[in-house]
Amino acid sequence: MKAALVAVLALFAASLLIGDGTFALPDGLILWQIRLPRALLAVLVGGGLGLSGAVLQGALRNPLADPGLLGITGTAGLGAVIAFYWGLAQHFAPALPAGGLLGAGVGAVLLLAFAGRAPSGPSLILAGVAVSAIAAALLALALTLAPNPFALAEITFWLMGGLADRSLLHVALAAPPILMGAAILLRLGPGLDALSLGEDTAASLGVPVARTLHLAAAGTALAVGAGAAVAGAIGFIGLVVPHLLRPWLGERPAALLPAAPLVGAALLLAADILVRIAPLVLPLSAAPPVGVLTALLGAPFVIIVARRAAP
Amino acid sequence: MIALEHITIELGGRTVLRDLSLGIGKGELVAICGPNGAGKSTLLRALAGLLPGTPARDPRRVGYLPQGARSAWGITVEQVAMLGRIPHRDSAAAPVHKALEQCGIAHLRTARVDRISGGEARRAMLARVFATEPDVFLLDEPTADLDPAAAHAIMSLLRRTAEAGATILVVLHALDLALRYAHRVLVLRDGRIAADLPAHDALPAAAAAFGLPFGIDPEPRLLPPASTE
Repeated sequence: MKAALVAVLALFAASLLIGDGTFALPDGLILWQIRLPRALLAVLVGGGLGLSGAVLQGALRNPLADPGLLGITGTAGLGAVIAFYWGLAQHFAPALPAGGLLGAGVGAVLLLAFAGRAPSGPSLILAGVAVSAIAAALLALALTLAPNPFALAEITFWLMGGLADRSLLHVALAAPPILMGAAILLRLGPGLDALSLGEDTAASLGVPVARTLHLAAAGTALAVGAGAAVAGAIGFIGLVVPHLLRPWLGERPAALLPAAPLVGAALLLAADILVRIAPLVLPLSAAPPVGVLTALLGAPFVIIVARRAAP
Repeated sequence: MIALEHITIELGGRTVLRDLSLGIGKGELVAICGPNGAGKSTLLRALAGLLPGTPARDPRRVGYLPQGARSAWGITVEQVAMLGRIPHRDSAAAPVHKALEQCGIAHLRTARVDRISGGEARRAMLARVFATEPDVFLLDEPTADLDPAAAHAIMSLLRRTAEAGATILVVLHALDLALRYAHRVLVLRDGRIAADLPAHDALPAAAAAFGLPFGIDPEPRLLPPASTE
C-alpha cells in the first residue's frame, strides 16, 4: 500500500519532467497546460480502471473480468465519435469529452436496464456484451459515414486511447464522475467478500446481491465511462491490476480495493511515460497512443493468467 | 424453531415443492432424505428465504450451507470462516476459531481453501456457518466429500449442537448417517413429504423412497460383482 503510493508519487513527478524526447522541468506554461493535465488524467483514469477491475472481478467471481466487458467504454467512444462526426468538436473542443460522458451515461442506463431488476453475475455479463455489440455496430456505422478521411483518421486515433494534448478542462470534466464512481466502488468490499462463496451464500449472509451488482456496474460506469470519455479506450489495466495485487495482498476481494486504484494509476503513468520515450529508442515517427501499449503489454499477461488458472 | 406452511414453489415451469408444510422445533436435528430431484435443496433454499415469495430470514439467526459451494478465490480457511461474521458486521476471532476447532480444521487455518482436499474445503464451508453462531442451521449435504470418520465427526457435532438448543435441518444422501444421528427423518418425494418419522422407524420409508428393497441388502443382488481394488 505504502509502496504503491510512493510509486504513484514518483511516476507522477517523472511524468511532469519527461516530455516528448526531453527530460527537464518545463517552463510554467507547458507544465500547467500540457504535463500536469496529462499526469492528473493518468492518475484519475488509471485509478478508475484499476479499482473497477478489482471490483468487477470480485462481483462476477471471474479473474478475467475487465471493465471494458460492460460496454461502457464502447458507448463513451461512440458518444465522442458522434460529437466528432457532427462537427461539434471542431467548433467547441469540450464537445468531445462531453459527448463521451453522455455516451457513457446512456450506456450505463442501457446496461442496468438489460441486466434487469435482480441481476446475477452471468446476466450482468450478458447485458455488457449486448451494450458492447450495440456500441460497436453504431461506431462502425459512424466511421462508415465519416465526413472525410481526415476525420476518420482522427477518430481512429482518438479511439485507441491516449492522454496527449488534454487540458485541465478534461480533468475538470472527468474528475467528478470518476471520484464519485470510486466512492461507490470502495464501499462494496464486504459484499464482494461474501460473493466469493457464490450468490446464494452471499444472500444468506444478508448481503443484498442484486444491489451489490447494480452498484458495481454503476460505479464502474462512472469511473470507467468518464475515463473513456476523456482518454478513449485504454484496455487491460483493469484486468491486470487485481492479478498484480493478489500475490501480495492475498485473494480476498475487499483486501484489493484500497491498493487497486493506486496500482492502476501507477501503471497508466508508467505506460504514458513509456510511449513518450518510445520514439527515442524505436523507429517511430510519433508517440503511439498509450492504449496501444497497454494492450500490447496486457495481452501476454492474460495468457500467463490463463495458464496459471488451468488445472 | 423454523416453519413453513403450505408452500408451493415453481422453478422454470416445474413444480418443485407442492403445498408443503413443515415445522422443526428447538433442539431438533432433522434429516431430509429422498431421491435426486425430490426437492430437498429447494426446500432448504425456501427455508433460508432465498426463493421469491419465501419470508426473508435474519442472517444472524439462520445459517445456510448451499450444496457444492466453493470459493472463487484462493482465500484462506480462516478467511472463509470469517465470512460467517458478515451478518454481525464484526470480525470477532473467538467464534471463528471455535468454529474451525469444531469442524476439525483448525490446523488448516492459513491454508488456501482451493489447495486443500474436497472434504477439508467442505468443512471450511461448514465452519463458516458455525462462525455465525446461528440458532437455525440449514445444511445441504454437509458430509459430501467427507471420509467416513470425518462424516461421523461432523454428524455428532451437529447432534451435540442440536442438543445444546439449536434447530438443525440437514439434507443427507447417506441414509446410515441420517438414521443414526437425526432425531427425525423427513422423506421427500416429488416435492411432497412422503414420510416424517422418528429416525429409528424411518428405514422402511426411506428405503422405499429410493426404490430400494426393505433395508439395505447385506449382499448386493442383481448388480454386477463389485470390482476388487
